[in-house]
Amino acid sequence: MLDTLLLSRIQFATNISFHILFPTITIALGWFLVFFKVRYDITNHPVWLRAYRFWVKIFALTFALGVVSGITMSFQFGTNWPGFMEKVGNIAGPLLGYEVLTAFFMEATFLGVMLFGMNRVSPRVHTLSTIVVAVGTTISAFWILSLNSWMQTPAGFELRNGIVYPTDWLAVIFNPSFPYRFFHMLLASGLTAAFLIAGVSSYRLLKKDNKHAPNMTLKVSLTVACLLAPLQIFVGDLHGLNTLQHQPQKVAAMEGAWETQKGLPLVLFAIPNEDTRTNDFAIEIPKAASLILTHDLNGEIKGLNEFEGAHPPVKPVFFGFRIMVGMGMLMIAVAFITRLSLWRNKRLSHWQLKILVAMSFSGWVATLAGWYVTEIGRQPYLVSGVLTVEEAVTTVASSNVAISLAAYLLVYIVLLVLYIRTLFYTADKAVQVEEYDYSIVEEVRHA
Amino acid sequence: MLNPEMLSYIYGGLMALAILVYAILDGYDLGVGILLPTNNDTDADTMIASIGPFWDANETWLVLAVGLALIAFPMAHSIILQALYLPITVMLIGLIIRGVAFDFRAKAKVKHKKLWDTMFKLGSILAAFMQGFMLGLYVMSFETSMLSLLFALLSGAGVVGAYTLIGAAWLVLKTEGELQSKAIHWCQFAGRVTFIGVIAVSIVNPLINSDVYKAWFESPTLAVLLTLPVLCLALFVVQDRILQTLKLNTKKGGWLPFALSAVIFILCFFGLTYSFYPYVVPGQLTIFDAVAAPESLNFLLYGVIVVVPTIIIYTIFSYRVFWGKVQPLSYY
Repeated sequence: MLDTLLLSRIQFATNISFHILFPTITIALGWFLVFFKVRYDITNHPVWLRAYRFWVKIFALTFALGVVSGITMSFQFGTNWPGFMEKVGNIAGPLLGYEVLTAFFMEATFLGVMLFGMNRVSPRVHTLSTIVVAVGTTISAFWILSLNSWMQTPAGFELRNGIVYPTDWLAVIFNPSFPYRFFHMLLASGLTAAFLIAGVSSYRLLKKDNKHAPNMTLKVSLTVACLLAPLQIFVGDLHGLNTLQHQPQKVAAMEGAWETQKGLPLVLFAIPNEDTRTNDFAIEIPKAASLILTHDLNGEIKGLNEFEGAHPPVKPVFFGFRIMVGMGMLMIAVAFITRLSLWRNKRLSHWQLKILVAMSFSGWVATLAGWYVTEIGRQPYLVSGVLTVEEAVTTVASSNVAISLAAYLLVYIVLLVLYIRTLFYTADKAVQVEEYDYSIVEEVRHA
Repeated sequence: MLNPEMLSYIYGGLMALAILVYAILDGYDLGVGILLPTNNDTDADTMIASIGPFWDANETWLVLAVGLALIAFPMAHSIILQALYLPITVMLIGLIIRGVAFDFRAKAKVKHKKLWDTMFKLGSILAAFMQGFMLGLYVMSFETSMLSLLFALLSGAGVVGAYTLIGAAWLVLKTEGELQSKAIHWCQFAGRVTFIGVIAVSIVNPLINSDVYKAWFESPTLAVLLTLPVLCLALFVVQDRILQTLKLNTKKGGWLPFALSAVIFILCFFGLTYSFYPYVVPGQLTIFDAVAAPESLNFLLYGVIVVVPTIIIYTIFSYRVFWGKVQPLSYY
């Protein structure tokens, strides 16, 4: 029988991995919707309304999955990690509280107006509601990433009788890793949504949807991907440097660096071996890791052996990092190549469309891999240097956790399959709709 | 900087307010879910449309209530949530199923719509029942005796009845024609069942819980206190008579059953909090023992003062946008 600690960890990982899939889409998709709606308000061209109406349905579905899995998250702290709130609740509590107060209510309330109120409010109020929803999702990301970053790089607090008390709220909120993680995540969301839009638009084009809207959304999403991808490399690099400064053991695990050395090679592939504390089957580029991390060929990087017994498990961090970077590189290449073809030939080839469909969820893979790197990279701590995961776990019997974990797993697998199927089914239905039905457009404008 | 005692009152009050608002608001949309017919597509569409723009925000009050417990009374939060581990899991799965069913029923293949309606109904019943069940266990200080389990089952059924009542009353307010006539009957039936439920819980609770008995029957203001249940029961009777009149003429007073149901919820909730005040975990922790650090609660209070009135304003705005009898849901 697995123990409560391991089961609780698996359950939390399951819950948060499932949950983050949906906000990752909605944070940026909200802004895409704002773009479509504003373009429609300015140009009055029905293609923008078409794009809006199709993607608002996907938004609604994605948002609903985010909400229900998010409610589950809000209970997990108390049910499985009571030690977390007892020890650092004075910090975590207000940050979560501000998220609920400044984001959740706003998103949920204006979502109703945005989804169902188009013919009940003026176009201006409707566009405003769409903007408020997008702002809400971004504010929500702000607070939760502030808390997550505080757990990675805690600041602005003091310990009294083993309990954390805040001393400087600005230092808490804008803790050292927060700005990097926040922008890294926003860009990840932008790329995830862009590839989803490109993938589903390509799917519609492959299904012989010869309307204007899927071509338009394909173009917009690929343009956005081309703009955000280089920015993400830049922010990702800054984030890595920040991690090197505050959590060197995480970087050592990412790089598979066992010994402290000057001129650290960049390990392209290897299988880290924690027993021999070396890398098997390593393929390396000499000195490249030092160059990337210190911007100096002979820069010194601390190895894992400096942190023996207090560093994260190496394999998941090492491979997670390579999956994230690899997927990111693939996304950049595909975005640039397809956008260039679109510019030159005005259309994409059959194969290019198929590749984009296959990459509809590439953002999910990269984002999850990235989160695994940063979260597993924090182990064995829950809050770096303050609280270990083991100290925070519940006293609930392991059999109860096993039951709840099994139930969540079952529900989540079914929901994930249904979500993806419904997404493409909605696209199938859109294919069958006739080209612009101007009567609907007119109705909306006059309502 | 406010002192811990003041903060205990403020946050205790806020948490109570969040739970009460949640029970009324999500109560009506869970109630509509409980009543959802699986053999009448037109009625189901109208009923879903009546809660469509609101359910999401309604459920956020649950997150706020749990959040406030977590923030202001972290010790109490972890005791309660660990004690209720499995019922919470079941409730959450109920809420997940009904939340996604709401979207899937409109977006998945037409042949699956009935299945999603059934899921919506089951999820709603599960969530409502579990909330009542947990309330029962809470009232019994999380004892695991046969007696307290039976009481929790009774309490679960009571909450299903109460949510059905307020859900039906919402439909009386928001629908017209044949569906409204049905809703009036549902409301009357649910009102009578809930009436019996409230009486049963009110009699059983002080008999099996001596602290509750003391709070009510050894209080010097017993006579004043007793007006509360008397008033509550009188409202049930008034509501029943109003529904009888509505059967003949639906033109006037369609909002009354919902308003009365909300007042009944408020009175029952007040009775409940009075029974346990100042305990946040019955018999174990008071709000004063459990309160978090003042520097944290003061910091959040700025947000509360600015944001909570704003939330109330835009909630009213949203209800005004969708004012009047329900129209079919559409994305454009």
